[in-house]
Amino acid sequence: MKKAQNLARKKSVSQNIAFTIFSLISYAIVALLVVILAFIVIKGMGVISWEFITEMPKNGMTEGGIFPAIVGTLCLVGVSMVFAFPIGILAAIYMNEYVKDGWVKQIIKQMTNNLAGVPSIVFGLFGMALFVNKLGFGDSILAGGLTLGLLVLPVVIRTTEEALKAIDDSFRQASTGLGASKWQTTSQVVFPIAFPNIITGLILSIGRVSGETAPILFTVAAYFLPKLPTSIFDQAMALPYHLYVIATSGTNIEASRAMAYGTALVLIVIVLISNLLANALRKYFGKKVKMN
Amino acid sequence: MLSSAATSIIVVLIVFFLFMEGAGVFTKKPIEDGFLLAVSPSNPVKKLEPSQIKDIFDQKITNWKEVGGKDEPIVLFRTSDISTYYTDEELGENFEFFPAKINELISKQPGIIAFFSDKYKAENFSGRELEINKIKVFEFLSGEEWFPTAQPIAQMGVKPLIYGTLWVSLGAILIALPIGLAAAIFLSEIARKKVRNLVKPLIELLAGIPSVVYGFFGLVVIVPLIQSTFNLPVGETGLAGSVVLAIMALPTIITLSEDAMRNTPRAMKEASLALGASQWQTIYKVVIPHSASGITAGAILGIGRAIGETMAVLMVTGNAAVIPHTLLEPVRTIPATIAAELGEAPNGGLHYEALFALGCILFIITFGINLLVELVSSKQKHKKH
Repeated sequence: MKKAQNLARKKSVSQNIAFTIFSLISYAIVALLVVILAFIVIKGMGVISWEFITEMPKNGMTEGGIFPAIVGTLCLVGVSMVFAFPIGILAAIYMNEYVKDGWVKQIIKQMTNNLAGVPSIVFGLFGMALFVNKLGFGDSILAGGLTLGLLVLPVVIRTTEEALKAIDDSFRQASTGLGASKWQTTSQVVFPIAFPNIITGLILSIGRVSGETAPILFTVAAYFLPKLPTSIFDQAMALPYHLYVIATSGTNIEASRAMAYGTALVLIVIVLISNLLANALRKYFGKKVKMN
Repeated sequence: MLSSAATSIIVVLIVFFLFMEGAGVFTKKPIEDGFLLAVSPSNPVKKLEPSQIKDIFDQKITNWKEVGGKDEPIVLFRTSDISTYYTDEELGENFEFFPAKINELISKQPGIIAFFSDKYKAENFSGRELEINKIKVFEFLSGEEWFPTAQPIAQMGVKPLIYGTLWVSLGAILIALPIGLAAAIFLSEIARKKVRNLVKPLIELLAGIPSVVYGFFGLVVIVPLIQSTFNLPVGETGLAGSVVLAIMALPTIITLSEDAMRNTPRAMKEASLALGASQWQTIYKVVIPHSASGITAGAILGIGRAIGETMAVLMVTGNAAVIPHTLLEPVRTIPATIAAELGEAPNGGLHYEALFALGCILFIITFGINLLVELVSSKQKHKKH
């Protein structure tokens, strides 16, 4: 009896130790996130001002603002979304609603997974070989945007597929039961219900695209441009690349540190907003679909 | 229909373009465009390996008999050496007599090996252009020196880069795996639902931060920290890369392992508890073994991410292309090399192609890792039934 009690106590001691360690580690990870965010927010806050957002860089990028980088990133987001969204959504709809389970679907799925696993620098190489050199776009918003579009295509396909899968088959059956064709069912029943979740995917992709550096290194990004891009065939500055150059290879790294903190903060804010917005939307619309 | 094949088409295109550009390294002479190596016409040596040429110019090989020629000391000649043989007047104001003088020099010196630009090659060139063997795939993979712009012969050995990539990634996974596992156990088995719903999205938020921001954070916080902790001359080391990559790999590892653990059937856990096992015993005797393949998949995927990560690593590892002996030295990874050098490599040149060949290596590694993950996690799925 005593032995059993001892054993039980031993068990609970080791359990308590283990559990305490695990919870401490988990909170430490959260604390780390908070530290990273707080560090950049605190250091960057002082730099952010209306001028910082709306002015050109000055004095070898140690003063002034990051307006052209913001504009460049917006252009890149635009081009990549215009490219990736229609293709990604159509691909997901076709996959989920039309293709029967089998080896074709398996291969396409596998390929989408593989594409998602390709390192971003390889996308950069590919974009340079195909868009910049082969198709002759040169270093341009078009080339960079398309490269980024390829990169987020798997993200778009996955989120759209998940949105479609979440819709109960009874919706489809009810629609077909009322005599609607497959296409009518897809376009008028399935797609509208899935739409909010698809938009969530769009917002997440925007966050992803605005933060990617490696794919734009050789396809669009410029160190410094004195004027804004006027067409999609122009080079452009971009936020992540701007942060990279002023953090590592600016004319005066120490003097441009403040600018770097500010740029990092703007980048993080964009990514955080897109993440939070996506989460909020998902929750909001998730409730709505259930109520139907 | 076509759009659903889009990803497959893109993967095929990526493979096609990478390998087409990358293959150029093995079909071209490893000498800079517009330059040539010439020897005296009486020299019986017709062809040399790139590594031999490097040793000759490094003066490790000083006699022609070492490379299968006559017993004759090797005389090195680079364009700038011309002034030791001829005066400025002899060469002419705009070097117009340069080709003739090189011609003269080569025919006079039986042991010469001359490296100079095509534009100085005389029309009645008397020397013999040396043939250079192409770089072989094996040499490319096993070469220990990466000096793609070295003169006269580019050194394209990717071994230090492969080592650098593996060291940094393995270091990252060694840090991230235990921490990630602990957090996954906490989230799936220990934490209350409320805590879990708060902590999990926060950890996933870590995955959303752009890699260049991690790199910047690493550069201004982790690098100085490592420098002062280990009392190093520079803080930009493999360890800095590993730490930053570990932070970046955490969300992948946690999410995948946690999903796997939560898939443990309730009946199994309850059976264990009913037999008198404590919660902790249940976790490490039932839950972890059951979700082993999911955890493995998470770890492998984490390594894959770390191997392919570019910007963060580029900014904190110091980028020295030497084979590292400890993690406290600067190292250089494959993606960082591509990112740092492609901008300077002339389009279509040997260097450019070598960087694409690096891209091929990277692609093959990550492709293999993806297939491995697929294999491992399909095992997990079978277990569920």
